[in-house]
Amino acid sequence: MTNETSAMPIYMDYSATTPVDPRVAEKMIPFITESYGNPASRSHPYGWTAEKAVENARNEVAKLVNADPREIIWTSGATESNNLAIKGASNFYSSKGKHIISVATEHKAVIDAVREMERLGYETTFIQPEPDGLIDIKKFKDAIRPDTVLASVMMVNNEIGVIQDIDALGKACRAEKIIFHVDAAQATGKVEIDLEKLPVDLMSFSAHKTYGPKGVGALYVRRKPRIRIEAQMHGGGHERGMRSGTLATHQIVGMGEAFRIAREEMETENAHIKKLQLRLLSGLTEIEETYVNGDIEKRVPHNLNISFNYVEGESLIMAIKGIAVSSGSACTSASLEPSYVLRALGRSDELAHSSIRFSIGRFTKESDIDYAIELLKEKIGRLRELSPLWEMFQDGVDLEKVEWAEH
Amino acid sequence: MAYSDKVLDHYENPRNVGSFDKEDPTVGTGMVGAPACGDVMKLQIKVGENGIIEDAKFKTYGCGSAIASSSLVTEMLKGRTLDEAQAIKNTSIVEELALPPVKIHCSVLAEDAIKAAVADLKSKKK
Repeated sequence: MTNETSAMPIYMDYSATTPVDPRVAEKMIPFITESYGNPASRSHPYGWTAEKAVENARNEVAKLVNADPREIIWTSGATESNNLAIKGASNFYSSKGKHIISVATEHKAVIDAVREMERLGYETTFIQPEPDGLIDIKKFKDAIRPDTVLASVMMVNNEIGVIQDIDALGKACRAEKIIFHVDAAQATGKVEIDLEKLPVDLMSFSAHKTYGPKGVGALYVRRKPRIRIEAQMHGGGHERGMRSGTLATHQIVGMGEAFRIAREEMETENAHIKKLQLRLLSGLTEIEETYVNGDIEKRVPHNLNISFNYVEGESLIMAIKGIAVSSGSACTSASLEPSYVLRALGRSDELAHSSIRFSIGRFTKESDIDYAIELLKEKIGRLRELSPLWEMFQDGVDLEKVEWAEH
Repeated sequence: MAYSDKVLDHYENPRNVGSFDKEDPTVGTGMVGAPACGDVMKLQIKVGENGIIEDAKFKTYGCGSAIASSSLVTEMLKGRTLDEAQAIKNTSIVEELALPPVKIHCSVLAEDAIKAAVADLKSKKK
């Protein structure tokens, strides 16, 4: 338990990154210190040992998502996987057409990769999700055109934690022979993924959102029916030519171990985290004028995104230094724009400015939750005493009707 | 965001938080900013018969530097005439609080709040 008097706050930012599980770190170390061979070296036992470790890890990643290990391509992380999938598949299949569908609430690694395709002459459609963050399948189908080559939809949203209906979206794509890419960086170890059943062609994974190390990820590339992609990184022809570059054995070993643990412990872990989420939710919603962002049912238990009306997010984060969380407030971003995800949900700018993302995980304790609730109750009270908007709200002034001097 | 000690001090211990009756003829109220932009400042000044600002209060919705800027301004205003108050420039707030460039708009807002409060008071005197 950490509190304001000790050096580091309680970590509640698991959606940004997770701590590396000690069991993962332990597995990684020998591949830095002793078994340092290049897995591509075929002529001596250093290489063979490294290659065996890499293939074992590939197996573990494949098992978590019920795929064939030959369908797993190592990358440097989900950003690279998303870029490789979107650019690689759109380009390979561009003879079908040059239209790409994605969603306004995707991670920037998808949005910006799709925008880059625009620059290369592709047309794009970004679907606006419903106010609960979920995609209306009808709107998705309506966006499909004869020249649509690829669609990209994330499984679990990084800001609001909502889970999209990947099965239904995938079926809609199959029916129209559209390549379907899914960013699953926030999903592994949180929701069941069965790629034998799910109609998904390409899926991105990250290690560091699932208690593995940063700097490693993977891309699932379906074999049946076979999906082809154009390589974005050229070189030694590693990963069957789809992604060249010497494999980072220790990172890959870490990802494999992290995914093994996720597969074995997901069920019990999720039950534990769900209890904590409900405890946090009931504690925080005792505070007046709070709004949960995103559907509360179709959401991973790890995430709770709440707007505390009439309190600005950055000042709130300053006030709750005892916990490490993130905010959709403009003032915490370099761009000075409030969260584009919350705005795409139709949330007012005020509520976007007032949002806090709590993301919890494997090492969160019940006492951490209780501490966070008490802290929020106290500090929100203090900041509302400071807030002219709260005063107006208490006086019954309708803030919508006030003429503000926008600046 | 790394803030200066002065910003943190004003943020942790804001001076002169509160409200005066805005109908009081000796009180001038300035409300600037917009919730959609992430900051709203309400600044009030109370003027004695000699035309000197006796007291000032604020409430602010906004980031740490917005709160600190308005808190600082309430301290600066006391004992000044209205003309002296209007002469306060945002740059002196920036200097005093060592605001980073990305937060300069908070000081501009505080300067606007002073002008709005003085204008409100003057309109009451007419």
